[in-house]
Amino acid sequence: MALKTGEIAKQKGQERHRALGLSDDAALKLYEVMRLARAIDERMWLINRQGRAPFVISCQGQEAAQVGSAAALAPERDWVVPYYRDAGVVLWFGMTARDQMLSFFARREDPSSGGRQMPGHYGSRRRHIVTTGSPVGAQTLHAAGVALAAKMRHEDTVVATYFGEGSSSEGDVHEAMNFAGVHKLAVLFVCENNGYAISVPQSHQMAIKDLADRAAGYGFPGVVVDGNDVLAVYEVSREAVARARRGEGPTLIEAKTYRFTAHSSDDDDRRYREAEEVALWRQKDPIQRYARYLRDARVLSDSVEQEITDRLTQQVDEATEYAEQAPDPSPDDLGKFVYAEGQG
Amino acid sequence: MAVRTVIEAIREGMDEELERDPSVFIIGEDVGKRGGVFLATDGLQKKYGEQRVIDSPLAESLIVGVAIGAAVNGMRPIAEIQFADFIAPAYNQIVEEAARFCYRSGGDFNLPMVIRTPWGGGVHGAMYHSQSIEATFAHIPGLKVVAPGTPADAKGLLKAAVRDPNPVLFLEHKRTYRLVRGEVPAGDGVVPIGKAEVKRAGTDLSLIAYGLMLHHCLEVAEKLAADGVSAEVLDLRTIKPIDEEAILQTARKTGKVLVVHEDNRFGGIAAEVMAIIMERAFDALDAPVMRMCGPDSPAMPFNQILEAAFMPSVDRILARARELAAY
Repeated sequence: MALKTGEIAKQKGQERHRALGLSDDAALKLYEVMRLARAIDERMWLINRQGRAPFVISCQGQEAAQVGSAAALAPERDWVVPYYRDAGVVLWFGMTARDQMLSFFARREDPSSGGRQMPGHYGSRRRHIVTTGSPVGAQTLHAAGVALAAKMRHEDTVVATYFGEGSSSEGDVHEAMNFAGVHKLAVLFVCENNGYAISVPQSHQMAIKDLADRAAGYGFPGVVVDGNDVLAVYEVSREAVARARRGEGPTLIEAKTYRFTAHSSDDDDRRYREAEEVALWRQKDPIQRYARYLRDARVLSDSVEQEITDRLTQQVDEATEYAEQAPDPSPDDLGKFVYAEGQG
Repeated sequence: MAVRTVIEAIREGMDEELERDPSVFIIGEDVGKRGGVFLATDGLQKKYGEQRVIDSPLAESLIVGVAIGAAVNGMRPIAEIQFADFIAPAYNQIVEEAARFCYRSGGDFNLPMVIRTPWGGGVHGAMYHSQSIEATFAHIPGLKVVAPGTPADAKGLLKAAVRDPNPVLFLEHKRTYRLVRGEVPAGDGVVPIGKAEVKRAGTDLSLIAYGLMLHHCLEVAEKLAADGVSAEVLDLRTIKPIDEEAILQTARKTGKVLVVHEDNRFGGIAAEVMAIIMERAFDALDAPVMRMCGPDSPAMPFNQILEAAFMPSVDRILARARELAAY
């Protein structure tokens, strides 16, 4: 039942992206969005450590899993139901550095929540990003519901939902996969397995090595992919999306990856993991790894790299400046939107 | 006007909403071929198909969570939780997700969805088929909580709930399902959420209730009339948002109020009603506001004597009302 895991992307040589149908520009776009996610994240930590904002939750290390899977979707008709690390996913779906920074500073203009939620709790109806909360796992059932609605209307919408290997212990994730399997819903269950649920390692989370094995219990394919190889993630996601669009149902994609930072700015990961382990994974940095590939494939030159760096720096600078000076919500906003009005 | 039982009125309401709006669908346990364990959805799957009346796996969190997602994507789900006592596994989806979607997204998302569930005791349902859950959920901002007592209100409020842009917890007192009959107006009658109704006008004291207790109070009012006491009966119908004006109006009119519910006493709806009156109509009172509630023990034992001891009865409400009348 298992799918092949990124066979094309594993090929030796320099034509992997072209073999996947990605033009050089498309391959570079993946790279730029990964780098944008990283650049925003790094700036947030800097600002947080300067005491200018109270909280950061990071995507660092997981950008390939996020961008590679989101890039297989069509944002104008598909939906994503992310979790709080998925900066790469929501940027691919059209959120901007400014949106991220408005949320980071909890400003009134924050498109995800108007300053109500912590950073990382994304949502935007027009961008097809379902609003997300902090209790993990719950969002996977929403993905099943979005897909059910699409199926009822005979639309070929695909929904990707994201969660960590820790969240996979939640009952809702089981219920969502089970229901999606029963109704052959067009859902990609993307597990970003970063090895830790805050401090608890995978070995204390489950007795199996590959979470993807669980898919068999729900009657659909599970696939393990190197989550730090953006082209491999793109390949398996593209196959899962095609399957879903054909009405053949869900796929569980387990992207093995690693969280470079502590769980959040309030966590100290030195209490539960060795510096050597982090250093080892940093050598497998998905962005550096993809940059090497693009250079070898002669898609990325020094000058293009510099253009990207300049563009991202400018975006992040402008976004930070704008958001830091943007107005806070007013106390009168406290009671707004508790209920929707009209016929909605 | 046609005479209907409460369960018939609810079924008719769902039937008409399914007919009227193709985005309406039903999801729950046994709602399909079985027609629901109380037959609330009897015949609806046959009429509208398996796509619109969906037998879900046995998982309450799933029922609500999937309904949320469908509501995000343009549908108007009616989710059924088979018994209110089984709603706890869906608590996170209802309270942390559905109730907060609109607020936490700054109004970007809203969820037009109904969660129907049979509640209340007096049917030998024991510990897990008898509970009242209204106080628990009425505490949560972002949810609406409705508890009709008559066939007309059940149908009209169900239609309002389906058309509301917010998640509505729709509580159906299971003892009333076949016990209570009444006239239901023909046509597309919608009863607005948030409006209480005086079901019997009176001048000497007010009985405030909802669900099965409404009918006990109407019986009590009849008996009080024989004593020469004129009792007004206010049916809350909607628990949240509560109709403060209707509560204040009857309190000011009679100056004596008894609030009745079978839910546990501590932190119950009666406490809220009493607080509203104390804050805004204290000067109109001729007696302390009183309440008659279920006790603060888990609802409710299977043994008939214990069950009867739990439920506020007509006799006990009457005794309390006489005490209030004489104050």
